[in-house]
Amino acid sequence: MNWEVVIGLEIHAQLSTQSKLFSGAARSFGAEPNTNTTLVDLGMPGALPVFNKEALRMAVMFGHAVNAEIGMTSVFARKNYFYPDLPKGYQTSQMDHPIVGKGHLDITLEDGTVKRVGITRAHLEEDAGKSLHEDFHGMTGIDLNRSSTPLLEIVSEPDMRSAKEAVAYVKMIHSIITYLGISDGNMAEGNMRCDINISLRPKGQTEYGTRTEIKNVNSFRFIERAIYTEIERQADILEDGGKIVQETRLYDPDKDETRSMRSKEDANDYRYFPCPDLLPIELTQEYVDQIASNLPELPTQKAERFMSEYKLSEYDAGVLSASRAMADYFEEVAKVAGNAKLAANWVMGELSKYLNTEGKDITESPVSATALGELLVRIEDNTINGKTAKSVFQAMWEGEGSADQIIDAKGLKQVTDTGAIESMIQGVLDANPDQVEQFRASDEDKQKKMIGFFMGQVMKASQGKANPGVVTPILNKLLKG
Amino acid sequence: MIDQSIASLAKKLRDKEISSVELTQDYLARIKQYDGQLNSYITITEEIALAQAEAADKQLAQGAASPLTGLPIAHKDLFCTDGILTTCASKMLHNFVPPYESTVTGRMLASGTVTLGKTNMDEFAMGSSNEKSYYGAVKNPWNLDKVPGGSSGGSAAAVAAGLCVAATGTDTGGSIRQPASFCGITGLKPTYGRVSRFGMIAYASSLDQAGPMARSAEDCAHILQSIAGFDANDSTSAEVDTEDYTANLDAPLTGLTIGLPKEYFGDGLNNDVASAIQEAVKEFEKLGATVKDISLPNLNLSIPSYYVIAPSEASSNLSRFDGVRYGYRCEEPKDLMDMYKRSRGEAFGKEVQKRIMVGTYALSEGYYDAYYLKAQRIRRLIKEDFVKAFEEVDVIMGPVAPTTAFGIGAKTDDPIAMYLEDIYTLSVNLAGIPAMSVPAGFADGMPVGLQIMGNYFSEAKLLNVAHKFQQATDWHTKNPSLVEGA
Amino acid sequence: MSLEKQDVIKIAHLARLSLDDSDAEQYQQSLSSVLDLVEQMQSVDTDGVEPLSNPLEAKQRLREDIVTEENRREAFLANAPQTEAGLFLVPKVID
Repeated sequence: MNWEVVIGLEIHAQLSTQSKLFSGAARSFGAEPNTNTTLVDLGMPGALPVFNKEALRMAVMFGHAVNAEIGMTSVFARKNYFYPDLPKGYQTSQMDHPIVGKGHLDITLEDGTVKRVGITRAHLEEDAGKSLHEDFHGMTGIDLNRSSTPLLEIVSEPDMRSAKEAVAYVKMIHSIITYLGISDGNMAEGNMRCDINISLRPKGQTEYGTRTEIKNVNSFRFIERAIYTEIERQADILEDGGKIVQETRLYDPDKDETRSMRSKEDANDYRYFPCPDLLPIELTQEYVDQIASNLPELPTQKAERFMSEYKLSEYDAGVLSASRAMADYFEEVAKVAGNAKLAANWVMGELSKYLNTEGKDITESPVSATALGELLVRIEDNTINGKTAKSVFQAMWEGEGSADQIIDAKGLKQVTDTGAIESMIQGVLDANPDQVEQFRASDEDKQKKMIGFFMGQVMKASQGKANPGVVTPILNKLLKG
Repeated sequence: MIDQSIASLAKKLRDKEISSVELTQDYLARIKQYDGQLNSYITITEEIALAQAEAADKQLAQGAASPLTGLPIAHKDLFCTDGILTTCASKMLHNFVPPYESTVTGRMLASGTVTLGKTNMDEFAMGSSNEKSYYGAVKNPWNLDKVPGGSSGGSAAAVAAGLCVAATGTDTGGSIRQPASFCGITGLKPTYGRVSRFGMIAYASSLDQAGPMARSAEDCAHILQSIAGFDANDSTSAEVDTEDYTANLDAPLTGLTIGLPKEYFGDGLNNDVASAIQEAVKEFEKLGATVKDISLPNLNLSIPSYYVIAPSEASSNLSRFDGVRYGYRCEEPKDLMDMYKRSRGEAFGKEVQKRIMVGTYALSEGYYDAYYLKAQRIRRLIKEDFVKAFEEVDVIMGPVAPTTAFGIGAKTDDPIAMYLEDIYTLSVNLAGIPAMSVPAGFADGMPVGLQIMGNYFSEAKLLNVAHKFQQATDWHTKNPSLVEGA
Repeated sequence: MSLEKQDVIKIAHLARLSLDDSDAEQYQQSLSSVLDLVEQMQSVDTDGVEPLSNPLEAKQRLREDIVTEENRREAFLANAPQTEAGLFLVPKVID
């Protein structure tokens, strides 16, 4: 049978506030267990939540970025279930009245087509703590540092039809939240996590099949693999005439398989009700409009500007605007170098090659955007040529100093003094009388082929420092006698 | 000394007629002498009290005293007190020592009060008789065979018996007013949001409100002055300025319009209680007030509405007691589920478990609309009844409870009968308005409380009305004769 | 409205309360009588009446995004039944 896959995604993004959603504890990663906790985060008897202003602003920013209705009145609700890392026995979330309502965003697929994906809603909620399963005499350790950390849960419509579309959507969300500066989107640290809802249906059928939910997938690559694996599993069951059980599953990247999370199964009556310790959040139109007018440039807008302002190709503009860090880096290089095309080539070429080889993010590049820009200035002003620049870049990457320091230290400055070059060329011609004789006897086509030999000899004599732009006309003149 | 008002004790302290340490010692001695019978305290903090009294005496000597400096008081055992056992009268918290101070107790400490101890109560404030405490029933000082009311029964009994100058209580469905009525003292439940809930162990968050329990309206005014006011730690705390609650206590009542809701005087109201209330109303007429018959037509619905909303909120509020971070954990749990179920099943009393289950059911899938949402809609009808009534009258009066204190054990077999006893108090919490219980006579030798209800944030008015009544009557000055014993 | 024993067992499980057989029967009765008591709500017409969840119908206040708390782990762990290495310990959690 020919199956159509239907995918919807729930993305949890941790918001980059200073303090937690409902308490004045620091939001941090990697602190000693339970050191960033307060009475509120620990669910101490009598402790009460107070809502963080900045989390609200960030959620409204996101709403604008995905063209969504903003919930002018939104309400926190309690989602009740027992789990050791959920200290109050309920998670404070939003149910009937989320802060962000219906919206949409456009994703560009590999073949260049644009697809619109619906956003069902996005709501604010608090994160839980962490259960540490290292063996404490057969027990589990509970660390509540993450408890009450602000999350924005972004729920999509079931609009995606392949793993590639799902990944493109997740990448676009990642790009939007990092552009807005509301989340670092760090998936490895769990600051952005994905729940994937997947079902299959025979092609042409309109109603959805039974879905499963794969919880907490935390890398783009795993999202793609988890979807492929789950599609295969469901298809196998359906082909054999079986039924899909609606359940929560976990993706195991080591075994590349999904498995049922039985422990979650009986906790499905969450008994949502409005949290009586918190009151409805009422927004004014003025507040909402003010956030809209101060929204930073978003990825698609940035790509368009790169094309118009820097005359970049659509492809280059797309690559360079994919992440805010990459875009900011590129723009800084272009500004310092004064040549956007050259900057684009270097960021996408040499720099990306080094980053990929070492598995580094652009934010971890040992060569800063300004430093790279200064290197490109030296190409632009003919101090060095492109080939030399690559070796200078390598030295910069290895921490040997700035472009100018390395050029000086290694004596890589191009020779542009015409007198010096002329005498150097004369020296080469004097040393190779036979070739000069042969050149002068040849026709124009042959001469064009032979000039490379003399060029190479001149560069060799200058140890690569002669500026080819200066050498060529003088060489031609002297050869022709 | 024990029947003195806060104002006269404060004067004696300032005039050095007595020191705070001496006063504290007197009260500690009385507690030792009489509380064996009453069981009004769960914890007595003798050392802390004496240290606080010494500090208070220093402040008094420096002339830097507040009206409460050096006065020995008690706190209901659901206010978190830093470093002092706080049990909520539950096995669940039999060993819980809070690492912080509640706003109410913190403000009282800042006013210089001396903490004698933590008073007994119904477990997690769920009850109207104080028979549902892990630490045993509290007895009514007027008759040891009777209940003191609940849930702030320990505070009420301790004040009535002179085992503290005043005490704090909390009122979710009548838990300050009803025990105040049963024990013949004065109690005030302020407007919802007037007093911070931070550090109060929650029963039903949208109904809970702390307030003073004392020997007179004037004493209540002094305590309220200390504890009332906005608190940034409580999102539901009202950003409304406090008044000077003692400034207008003596204002004349001429022109005051009192509403008497007919629903408060119908079937089920004990005749002797009814007569006492009617006598009290006459006293107000003598003081210049006029009386108007009104109706609060949805009063009967306050019982079902309350017994859905309160348990629903409680079922969620009490989920944090899971044996992980504090409180009771069962012995040798087999696994995680066993730890949850046995810790909670072994440490919560039956009434608490029952209310948790009622709430769990009311919020569960398929029942939420019919129970919880329906109850919240009725809650609005009840509020609107009051809003409408206060367009016509200044205060509303009626009984606090249909009867005087009943016998210990008399209603334990019929919990629904006990719920029905709350008929006159629940609607006040659902609407969030302030209300008081003021001693207004006796029936069969047991105190009767007059309930005075006011509009939102009209605490100063209520205290004025109650105070004028207490200037004209002496019901609030009566003391039970106590029985010694361990 | 009366509950079946099975309902009580399910509710107790959701609420994580241990329940033996006689408890279940006792609660079956007492819960049913509470539900009977609240049943009278159903006779009231509340069409068009908005639910009231906060008596003052106030709106949420916002807190500045500032870190105001410091580490008090030792005080917070002091009440815990079992801890190790700064963690609360519980019976093994199986996902």
